[in-house]
Amino acid sequence: MATKSDKELLEGLKEDYAERYGFHDEVEYVFKPRKGLDHEIIDMISDIKGEPDWMRQFRHEALEIFWSKPMPTWGADLSGIDFDDMYYYIKPTDHQARSWEDVPEEIKRTFDRLGIPEAERKFLAGVGAQYDSEVVYHSLKEQWEKQGIIFLDTDTALKEYPDLFREYFATVVPPNDNKFAALNSAVWSGGTFIYVPEGVHVDIPLQAYFRINAQNLGQFERTLIIADKGSFVHYVEGCTAPIYSTESLHAAVVEIIVKEGARVRYSTIQNWSHNVYNLVTKRAVAYEGATMEWVDGNLGSKVTMKYPAVILRGPKAHGEVLSIAFAGRGQHQDAGAKIIHAAPYTTSRVISKSISKDGGRASYRGLLKVTRGAHHVKANVVCDALLLDPYSRSDTYPYIEVAEDDVEIGHEASVSKIGEEQLFYLMSRGLSEEEATAMIVAGFIEPMTKELPMEYAIELNRLIQLQMEGSIG
Amino acid sequence: MTSVLEIRDLHAGIEGKEILKGVNLTLRQGEIHALMGPNGSGKSTLAYVIMGHPQYEVYSGDILLDGESILEMGPDERARAGIFLAFQYPVAIPGVTLAHFLRQAVSAVRGYTAQKDENAPIGSNLMPMREFRRELTEKMEMLGIDPSFARRYLNDGFSGGEKKRVEILQLAMLKPKFAILDETDSGLDIDAVRSVAEGVNRLVGPDLGVLIITHYQRILNYIRPHHVHVFFDGRIVLSGGPELAEELEAKGYDWIRQQFGTQPTPAA
Repeated sequence: MATKSDKELLEGLKEDYAERYGFHDEVEYVFKPRKGLDHEIIDMISDIKGEPDWMRQFRHEALEIFWSKPMPTWGADLSGIDFDDMYYYIKPTDHQARSWEDVPEEIKRTFDRLGIPEAERKFLAGVGAQYDSEVVYHSLKEQWEKQGIIFLDTDTALKEYPDLFREYFATVVPPNDNKFAALNSAVWSGGTFIYVPEGVHVDIPLQAYFRINAQNLGQFERTLIIADKGSFVHYVEGCTAPIYSTESLHAAVVEIIVKEGARVRYSTIQNWSHNVYNLVTKRAVAYEGATMEWVDGNLGSKVTMKYPAVILRGPKAHGEVLSIAFAGRGQHQDAGAKIIHAAPYTTSRVISKSISKDGGRASYRGLLKVTRGAHHVKANVVCDALLLDPYSRSDTYPYIEVAEDDVEIGHEASVSKIGEEQLFYLMSRGLSEEEATAMIVAGFIEPMTKELPMEYAIELNRLIQLQMEGSIG
Repeated sequence: MTSVLEIRDLHAGIEGKEILKGVNLTLRQGEIHALMGPNGSGKSTLAYVIMGHPQYEVYSGDILLDGESILEMGPDERARAGIFLAFQYPVAIPGVTLAHFLRQAVSAVRGYTAQKDENAPIGSNLMPMREFRRELTEKMEMLGIDPSFARRYLNDGFSGGEKKRVEILQLAMLKPKFAILDETDSGLDIDAVRSVAEGVNRLVGPDLGVLIITHYQRILNYIRPHHVHVFFDGRIVLSGGPELAEELEAKGYDWIRQQFGTQPTPAA
């Protein structure tokens, strides 16, 4: 006989979970949410999720690693994080819900200006616990199942595909990679799991939004994508609408395996509220003839530290990172890319565009590494910074390590401000100074927006325009 | 009612240096004026000052549109009031397509943008797409501009002739009361000049006042002005009918320098 809290728990997970896995009556789950992190919390998380022992053990070990690693001495200022004063796990049904009346006016106005549909607003403002997109999701699900495509949340994937999961989990980002990967490894919850079988091309972009619920907007999402030989998938994470998170630390991990001849594109538009520290480890391994493309947009958060990485492990593999960072008042976007050429005849391209305004700070931090034996490599990095006023800041920290002679490496960086002549030209056509600036900025990030699915591109442009109006605090 | 653009004893300059030294000119809708003068006389400066370029300063005098001074208005307000400048060197705006830019501009000038509700979704206050597309296609065809230009980034990688044609396209779409064409013929070969001039001719009429600023008489063979003014050392020194342009062509600018210059001209 299931208790009431168990029923609530089940509603948060896949619908038919109860039929498939049943439930053990005699185990009582008493979980009182409390701040701070220790081994007891780890056990509670694993208990609630009903995880196999190996995962429980993995979490415990990761916690030890997290404690043993020092804070990074480079990058953004993280001194504002109080590790003891936060919750590391919240049951989906315990999520604090605000009432719509309490949502600040500027937030409501932002939704108006971005044209966000009514149904989504409450959810984005933290009012509703679940966004019901079941209808859309179900019909697509049937299609995918026929093709053998797996698209689930990570918790469920661990249960339904334990062998597949275990084979790849933590192989790209091990817990000792960095302090925040260790943290994520200890307390991860939610995220996306995708497996695409050999030769299958997923023709529409898979979006987290389809399955969104409170769990997926978690602080410690763990995503794992496996593209088998010759397959193709485009996954879109996030959305441009501002997400009002009460939790101030987000440490996600994304691991991607791109097998021989396969291609994966992973697009993100991150727009967390301005209280969030967004520290993400994203890494992909590309095998022979494979292609990995990261399209990374950082608009929100107080601090973001994120360097999508591609390890080119097989000959003729190709990696690309297209990154946009917008830093407004009080924000520091420390973003970039890491490309490691670990095989010959590999190629890569990084384009980073950053915009700083109202004293914001946007930094490009990039690593380009060519290991011994990786000959005939062609790599190119372009980073352009746009400063919208004299108070804002842009930095570039490129690291280039090349251990082979037979390589072609290009690195170009530019810093500019809005051209006065461009501004005058556009204003002479009736556009206000704000509209003209927004247009020039939209043109500046165009190399990225044109890679996004249309509706995201439109939303992104609207968001930029809104930023120009200075209405986002 | 015919609109009037009056430049009254205008003194203006840049970085403390006076370039316009008392310009007087009245332009009415339906009239075509030509402003000719040697390089460095300040012709383009006049165009920029009329349009409201922030770097130029007006020291004294006025510019009046239907009796009201426009000196306090920014370039965008002047555009919305019906003034248009076809630039001599149109600047490129990478990443922004011609179509996107034009839709914004047309929406601003025709008042769609002004109608907006403070909280309406961004982009909802624009001219309806279908209507805009139709008009754009029509005007591009009329001016002989290939439809593919709509998708190209504004002035980015355009040839000189293409840029000038696109300036005229903007003139056609924005439908101003007054158009200043700043050396629209410069850098163009004979055929390109004729082609651009033909475009302008399709747009002239009782609702448009045109000020053609040019160094050469050539474009005036295609766009016949009602009045010709000669610009020298920061002001208009001579005015007349279309024959004045021909006289100038025959005698050259030295003739002007001799008559109005304060220093002897160097040997030619």
